[in-house]
Amino acid sequence: MLQTLFDALSLGSLYALGALGIALIFGVMRLVNFAHGDVIAFCVFALLWPSTDAMAIVFAGQLPWYLLVPFVLLCGAGLSVLCEIVVFRRFRNANPATMMIASFALGFVIRYFLLMLYSSRPKSISLLPALSQPVEIFGARLPLLQLITIVATMAILIGLTLFLRQTRFGLEMRAAAENFSMARMLGVRANRVIMGAFALSGALAGAIALIFGSQTGTVDIQMGASIMLMAFIATVIGGLGSLGGAVLAGFLLGAASVVMQVALPVDARPFRDAFVYGAVILVLLFRPQGLIAARGTKERV
Amino acid sequence: MSAVSSAPETQLTGDVIAARKPARFTLARKTIVTPVLLSLLLIAITLITVMTGSRPFNQTVIDVLVRVIFVVGLYIFIGNSGVLSFGHIGFTCLGAYAAAWLTINPIMKSSALPGLPDWLLQTRLIYWQAAILAALFAGVAALIFGKVLMRLSGIAASIATFAVLAMINTIYSNWDSVTGGTSSVVGIPIIRTIWPYLIGAVAAIFIAWAHAISRSGLALRAARDEPTAAAASGVDIPKERLVAFVVSGAVMGLGGALMAHSIGVVTPDTFYLSLTFITLSMLVVGGMGSLSGGVIGVVLLSALIQALRWMEGGVSLGDATFALPKGIQEIALGVIMIVILALRPSGLMGNREITLTRSKRNM
Repeated sequence: MLQTLFDALSLGSLYALGALGIALIFGVMRLVNFAHGDVIAFCVFALLWPSTDAMAIVFAGQLPWYLLVPFVLLCGAGLSVLCEIVVFRRFRNANPATMMIASFALGFVIRYFLLMLYSSRPKSISLLPALSQPVEIFGARLPLLQLITIVATMAILIGLTLFLRQTRFGLEMRAAAENFSMARMLGVRANRVIMGAFALSGALAGAIALIFGSQTGTVDIQMGASIMLMAFIATVIGGLGSLGGAVLAGFLLGAASVVMQVALPVDARPFRDAFVYGAVILVLLFRPQGLIAARGTKERV
Repeated sequence: MSAVSSAPETQLTGDVIAARKPARFTLARKTIVTPVLLSLLLIAITLITVMTGSRPFNQTVIDVLVRVIFVVGLYIFIGNSGVLSFGHIGFTCLGAYAAAWLTINPIMKSSALPGLPDWLLQTRLIYWQAAILAALFAGVAALIFGKVLMRLSGIAASIATFAVLAMINTIYSNWDSVTGGTSSVVGIPIIRTIWPYLIGAVAAIFIAWAHAISRSGLALRAARDEPTAAAASGVDIPKERLVAFVVSGAVMGLGGALMAHSIGVVTPDTFYLSLTFITLSMLVVGGMGSLSGGVIGVVLLSALIQALRWMEGGVSLGDATFALPKGIQEIALGVIMIVILALRPSGLMGNREITLTRSKRNM
């Protein structure tokens, strides 16, 4: 029982962090960023030396953890900001479909760039091996990693909340998310806010990369895709542009997946994801604006 | 003919409508140039291919024609309703598997897919009959999903269609006895002549045209441009969207069946994210709101992909052979797509169609 709860929380953490990264950018730019998953993959591969062998040549991954973590976060933030400057800046006034396709094309470029350097074969990597030992809490044996995932996610969420609520930059970002043109008129600098959002979202991608990489022990250029699909869905169910909603929906999706894995009859288990997606459609039917509808996203006549 | 002007007709009395009856055919006559020109373009490409007689080139052009069917199918829904759908490749998957069920030799079928019902195991149809049934099957599936989904709009609708795609993929990847799971289903008769694909693509273009100038298509485009005004003029938006969804689902199913016959193998992952994005990109690069844009997007991007592949294979210049490293093809494709979209955010064609008179208005 406790095991299920922790499974749900740690899977939900991944989805929530992914959804948050997408919601941050959507809030300021109305861009659904399909390249986010590939930023995640990039962060993991940044730890390896370019080679096409099946064995990963660990390069930056050998750093002690207090250097490793900031390195990965910076990688994500850097790449994300670079994407903004090189590509997304040109699409500020484009319609959402065009931006979506542009972000997909960008993700495509990043993915095949990685393929060119590292080949498409999955590689095994042991990232932070000390974390895979089990610990015993309230009679349940849990991998230490799962616990750290949950704690780290909580810390990130609390830190981000404080940042958005207490600092001037956070205030500007929230203002921009609510009404971008009004915020600009009141003296919020658009480029700075958007770049800030991209940097935060990239750092979140780095965090996911660390957690996911050490959980699975393999790296693969496709690894971002599966998390991203769920993270997108979480952002929409949560209410696009609403950060709290994205996090809530991320945890709900994680819980739904884990609970269905346990509760469904054995024959139906392979179809678990189909049930989860079905549940998603049901939620959207009853609350098309999302669980927590963001202010300022309603279309006006 | 602008779409909104058809709305006031609903308020006219019977005899006035009778007096204005020819208007509908005027619209058809004015706009038929577009599908005819697009078909001529495809026929020209096909004829050139047949004349060169090269096998690999033949296969490439078959791929192009199949993609034309996909993108036209996407256009019917996305272009006319303005709602981005990620789920249509799911209907392609349904169509392809339906074609596989109907055409594989019954002896092979009973060993590979034992879970199929008996009557289906005994059936063996000719490919074009199977393709039509596959299109109908996909259309019915689209009707069922659409009944639920069309109540949504905007990004919620897009994500819900994404969920449909993922759902179909999960079911087809795991229902081993009926779909063979993730392993490929082999033994689908391969059709190597190019003509059936040409007929399919031209048929898809004319279906799209007929839908776009029908009452339902006009109402749907009115709802795309001015949802509030259209709803106030009596357009039932979910209903018109459902019509477009079913028609486009059936076209996608037809494309799926033809694709199955062009490669002879189907797996669920053939019809998943990468095909979804490549077809969507072609539509958006060409111009989401334009039938001509869709077809031109397919032809241009396919030509580009082919040229890059060819360079990746190696080009000899004098004694030296240049070959681009692997992966460059996709990177270049992505970069070119970004550049096109940055320069022309509404696609190459925007909302316009190819005509002889260079009319600026949407057809």
